Order: sequence, then structure tokens, then C-alpha cells
Amino acid sequence: MSAVVEFRGVDYSVTRAAILQDLHFTVEDGETLVLLGRSGSGKTTALKMVNRLLLPSAGEVLVEGKPTAAWDPIRLRRRIGYVIQETGLFPHFTVAENIGLVPRLEGWAAERIRARVDELLESAGLPPGEFRERYPRELSGGQRQRVGVARALAADPPVLLFDEPFGALDPVTRFELQRQFLVLRDSLHKTAIFVTHDVREALMLGTRLGLMHAGHIETLATPREFLRAEGQEARAFLASLDWNMESHGSGPAQ
Amino acid sequence: MDPGLRSEIASLTVEHLELVLVAMLIAAAVSIPAGILLTRRAGLQRWVLSFANVLQTIPSLALFGFLIPVPLIGGIGKRTAIVALVLYALLPILRNTLVGILGVDAAVRESAVAMGMTGRQVLWEVELPLAMRTILAGVRVATVATIGTATIAAAIGGGGLGVFIFRGISTVDTAQILAGAIPAAAIALAADEGLGWLERKLSPV
Repeated sequence: MSAVVEFRGVDYSVTRAAILQDLHFTVEDGETLVLLGRSGSGKTTALKMVNRLLLPSAGEVLVEGKPTAAWDPIRLRRRIGYVIQETGLFPHFTVAENIGLVPRLEGWAAERIRARVDELLESAGLPPGEFRERYPRELSGGQRQRVGVARALAADPPVLLFDEPFGALDPVTRFELQRQFLVLRDSLHKTAIFVTHDVREALMLGTRLGLMHAGHIETLATPREFLRAEGQEARAFLASLDWNMESHGSGPAQ
Repeated sequence: MDPGLRSEIASLTVEHLELVLVAMLIAAAVSIPAGILLTRRAGLQRWVLSFANVLQTIPSLALFGFLIPVPLIGGIGKRTAIVALVLYALLPILRNTLVGILGVDAAVRESAVAMGMTGRQVLWEVELPLAMRTILAGVRVATVATIGTATIAAAIGGGGLGVFIFRGISTVDTAQILAGAIPAAAIALAADEGLGWLERKLSPV
């Protein structure tokens, strides 16, 4: 296995406030690293360094062995799919135009784009005949998020970034999309970084977990190891899983 | 109606439309690109908007007067009138271009950049289409105001429907004033309707 993404001593600060401090980690080919952390822990900032929406104040981020600062940002970004919570779908583009955007930018033939869009809609569980010509405002939140994922996959990028993509969905829809994510993860073998503050989601979707706290990684472990992690922040996150009806519920007395 | 008056109304209306059209084309050609540029230069925004604001506060009759002694753009006649009208029309278009583009959803802009669109592609395919409605609303407001202000052009020899109004005032002749005011109001209403329709038509969302 080789590192597809590598953070080497990355610092990032805005007007002297440090957001990332000496951040080190690697993401291996084909794995899904989940960055877990509270709001303000720096996980989204770290994610945006991979596709060069941000550049490190110090240190470097390597993608396929080359520092992001040395990449042509346009070439770099077209090799990296990006999915965010608010989807960022273009409201004036149809579903098909949204999904076909990067292929079009890459100069694919119209026929090939169309076939790719239909294939992605099909696998996202959205019948192309029904959804191709719709606008994002005509979709439910879950459908929008599926289109967002399809758009990120369109040009078959080797790296995928997810920034709390399911955070705004109701729990039932979220679970549906999480299960679908697992299917994608295990069939496509993409290298992915997935940011979330939901420990349950992190344990479910990650092949490894990086727990971020105050701008650096406190614990880096597989989901199984993470359950036994000793770090203070890890314990705090795991404690939030512990609540159950048996010990705290207000059910009828036995 | 006296055929002489009728043909004068027609010719002054055409002259009026010319003034407005030329002024609006210049104002749009200057302030839409300037507005786009300002979205990339946050530091300049306040200065440019303040300057355009100050221009708007100068009483229109005074602005026309101030321009007469200015070399090159000044003097008596249409050219000076058009310069004054352009100066008035700048602010609404500039401001709406700025507000329209800055108002594009940050998530949409970010994903456009993150998908590897170039700056030019983000502007033409995302920002301008989504800001179009707001920009056109600025053009509409500026046009309607310019149609009214253009009646003052007559005061400095710029012609247009203001000729009737100033003549009517100096001879205390209400009919003359109305001969200028009614067509001007009609043009303004038609422009408001027409540009409003265009706004809805071109609005992508």
C-alpha cells in the first residue's frame, strides 16, 4: 500500500489563531479515513487542504506524492471528488448537468457524458428517466445528497473528500445513505477522507479513524481499536455512545 | 391635436429615447464589469461605492450645470447630458452587480471551485447566471430613473422631452408641460414592464 494523501507537519492559522498544529497522518490507497472531531477541531480545514481550497501556513500536504502547492490546482481538483453537507449543487443546472459537470470540463463527448450520468443515477437509486431533467430544488434532501455523491464520482477521481455529507438528513434517510456509502466503499476501492462529528457514523464508515482535537490528531486507529482507545477526547466521544434505555430509560418499572 | 405639436412630440420622444439608451449602454458597460472586479477586491468596495453614492447625492440639475465647464466631456449639448446620465446610472447597476454576485450561495461557489472550474468558468457559468436577476433589477431601476432625469438634459441644450417641460414652465403653459411629462412617464412605465419581463425571463432559477 502507498500513501495517496500525506500530511507532513501541517500548521494552519488565521490571524494568529492556530487552527491546525503540526498535523501528521497518511491516507493509504483504497482506505476510507474518517476524521472525527467536535466543531472547531480543524477537521474541515484539514479536508480543504487536500484539494487546495486552503494551503498550509507551514508543512505540506502531499497528494500522490506531490505537495499541493506544486500541483496545478485545476488538475488537482479534477482528480478529487468533493461532497459537502449543503451539497453545493448548482441551482440553475439540471441533475444531469450537475452530475456531468466535471466530465464536461474534462472535454468528454456528449454521448459518453450522458451514458455516465445515467449509470450514476441508476446506481444511486434515482431512475434516470425521472430525475435527469429535474432541478435540485425539485429533490428531497436525501435525493440531493445522492446527486451530490454522483457528481463527485462522475469523472472517476481516485480520491474522494466528504465533509459531513449526511449531517443535515433525517436519521432514517441518513442510515440509508450510510449503507449505500459502505456499498460504494467496498466496491469502488477509492481513497477517501470523510469528515464527521458523529462517532457512530465514524465507526460505521471508516476503515480507520483519526480523532481530531485542537488542531491535531489525538487518536488514529481502526474502528475496533478506537473502541478501546484511552485518549481523553476518545473517551468523551465513546461515552456519548453509552447511553441506553436499560440503564437510563423511563420505561415502566419491573 | 395640432399636427405640428404631434410631430414635435414624436421627434423629442425619439431624442429622449436616444439619450436614455446611449447613457444606459455606457453605464452598463462600465458598471457591470466594474462590479465584477469589485467582488474580487474587497478593499476597494467601500471606496468605490462611497464615490458612486456621492455622485447620486448631487442634485441632478446641479450635476448637469457642473459639467458644462469641464473640458472634453463638458460644454452645451447631448454629450454633456449623456455624461451626467451615465454618472447617475452607475450606482444602482454597480451595487446590484456586487450584491448579486456576493449573494451567490457560498456552498455553490465552493463546490464550483472544488470541482476544478477555472476562475473564468466560475464567473460565467455560476456567478453571473445566478446573479443575473439582481443585476437586471439594477439596470431596470437605473433605466426608469434615467428616463425621468433625462428631462433635465434640455436645460443644457441636450434636447429630449424636457424641452416641452422647460418651455411650459417659462410660458406658464400646462399643456406644454404635459406634452413632455406624459410621454416621459409612458416610456418609464414601458421600460419598467419590459425590463421586468426580461428579468423573469432570464432568471435561471
